[in-house]
Amino acid sequence: MSLIDLKDIKAGYGATPILNGVNMAIDASDIGVIVGPNGAGKSTTLKAIFGLLNVMDGTITFDGRDTTRLEADRLVPMGLSFVPQEHNVFTSMTVHENLEMGAFIRRDDISGTLDEVYEMFPDLKAKRRQPAGELSGGQRQMVAMGRALMSKPKLLMLDEPSAGLSPRYMMEIFEQVVKINAAGVGILMVEQNARQALAFATKGFVLANGQNRFTGTGQELLDDPDVAKSFLGG
Amino acid sequence: MNDLIFFFNQAIIGGVVLGSIYALGAVGVTLIFGILRFAHFAHGDMMTLGGFISFVLAGIVAGLGIAFPLPIGFIVVPFAMLIAAGLALGIDKGFYAPLRARGAKPVTLLIASIGVTMMIQGLIRLFFGVGTYSFFDTQPKVLHRIELPFEGVTRPISFSEPQLLLVISTIIAVVALHYFLTRSRLGKGMRAMADNPDLAKVSGINTKLVVRVTWIIAGALACLAGTMLALDVSLKPDLAFNIVLPIFAAAILGGLGHAYGAIAGGFVLGFAETLAVFNWSVLLRPFRDNLPEWFEIPNTLSLVQSEYKLTVAFVILVVVLLVRPTGIFKGAST
Repeated sequence: MSLIDLKDIKAGYGATPILNGVNMAIDASDIGVIVGPNGAGKSTTLKAIFGLLNVMDGTITFDGRDTTRLEADRLVPMGLSFVPQEHNVFTSMTVHENLEMGAFIRRDDISGTLDEVYEMFPDLKAKRRQPAGELSGGQRQMVAMGRALMSKPKLLMLDEPSAGLSPRYMMEIFEQVVKINAAGVGILMVEQNARQALAFATKGFVLANGQNRFTGTGQELLDDPDVAKSFLGG
Repeated sequence: MNDLIFFFNQAIIGGVVLGSIYALGAVGVTLIFGILRFAHFAHGDMMTLGGFISFVLAGIVAGLGIAFPLPIGFIVVPFAMLIAAGLALGIDKGFYAPLRARGAKPVTLLIASIGVTMMIQGLIRLFFGVGTYSFFDTQPKVLHRIELPFEGVTRPISFSEPQLLLVISTIIAVVALHYFLTRSRLGKGMRAMADNPDLAKVSGINTKLVVRVTWIIAGALACLAGTMLALDVSLKPDLAFNIVLPIFAAAILGGLGHAYGAIAGGFVLGFAETLAVFNWSVLLRPFRDNLPEWFEIPNTLSLVQSEYKLTVAFVILVVVLLVRPTGIFKGAST
């Protein structure tokens, strides 16, 4: 039994589906990376899991429960967290308040988790009283990830966490992803920097036209000549 | 010196009083806009309704024959605020929530709120008629006079008790709101939802609860503002409908969705209106002997006549929107 299981998901915004039968399974020990061309349905897959759009067919099972029709306010308490690609911080609120909002669903003491997040991203501790809107792109991404971790998720979903970041920040974010996973949190992320991401992925999914094209470990996908030619730029 | 005190009584006290009313109204408008993204046109009538709730409660309390050192209308205002908050929740549940559930556009909600405006005004007229009521039929309105201990000063600083209570309760409301928004979990959730509704949802923030709290706060503050306005002047069915436009101007001036901006905007407009209609020749008269002979002080020297007081708000609004389209503080985009 996997932590999350997607079976033949068909989903979209209106009547026409963007996803035409996506299958995925991720364990708590996994780092799953979704790659593929633009419009393949990568982000749509994450949004479908998180109840942000209409799932027309198929089932999503998370932590042993059917969550196909559940919305975010039910999923977060179950242990699912999502970092959107854009607009993923509360710009008018301080770094500290952003993290507190991530823990909104918790009624217990959050100071331990706060310390862990600040330890993970020391840059943020220095800027905790600053509005998140004043931070650089890389630091904002750290706030966004920190916010998502504050609910103590079992599965963390990241939509292109390295988009628009300098190589230095990209590597830092990837390092943290590996560390978060090592602490027992399953990861499912969409990435444009496919080669770098597949290098540490335990599970890789190539999507095209809303369907699975290739599935394997990250290394298997990197070694596959077809994948390399069609999706990783030769 | 007497003329200066006249200026203080007329312009400064007048500005603070008007500014407080505008600020209390504009905070509600701006919170509702920040959370629900529509212009709640019926806010003025929620203020009026709040005034009438207090009036009814005051009548009941006066009937008990207990003597109070403060205006009865003020004593009952916390209870009236509770009732008004409940009514605001009911109005949302009855009219706006069903529209939101169907994904109505902001303009549809705006039109619906105009309908609510008419409904509230109609109901008030149905039960109370079109007349004017005073809270001070059963007890006198206390006037405070502070004599200044300077030689040659004969004019006292004067203000009424309702005006003093209005300013005190505005300060309490603003401080309480500040602590709620910056210290409490729900208050921060409200700011988060005004900042980025999608991310608030993604974070698991209970957006329905935030909406309810918004109506409770907006309804209670509207009731406070309406009651205090009615205590200061008098109570009539179109009491606050007449000032709903300057209240919106104050909210826009401060940057829509920005609570502190709305308070600042309210006071800016309150002062601007009273200063614009103030007869400035009063302040020139003491210098009569020092002015050149050809200069004759006119009898009235105000920027605008008091009938056109409301236009001041709109002139300022237009200028601010031209120079700084998001308001004094950066507000939420439409």
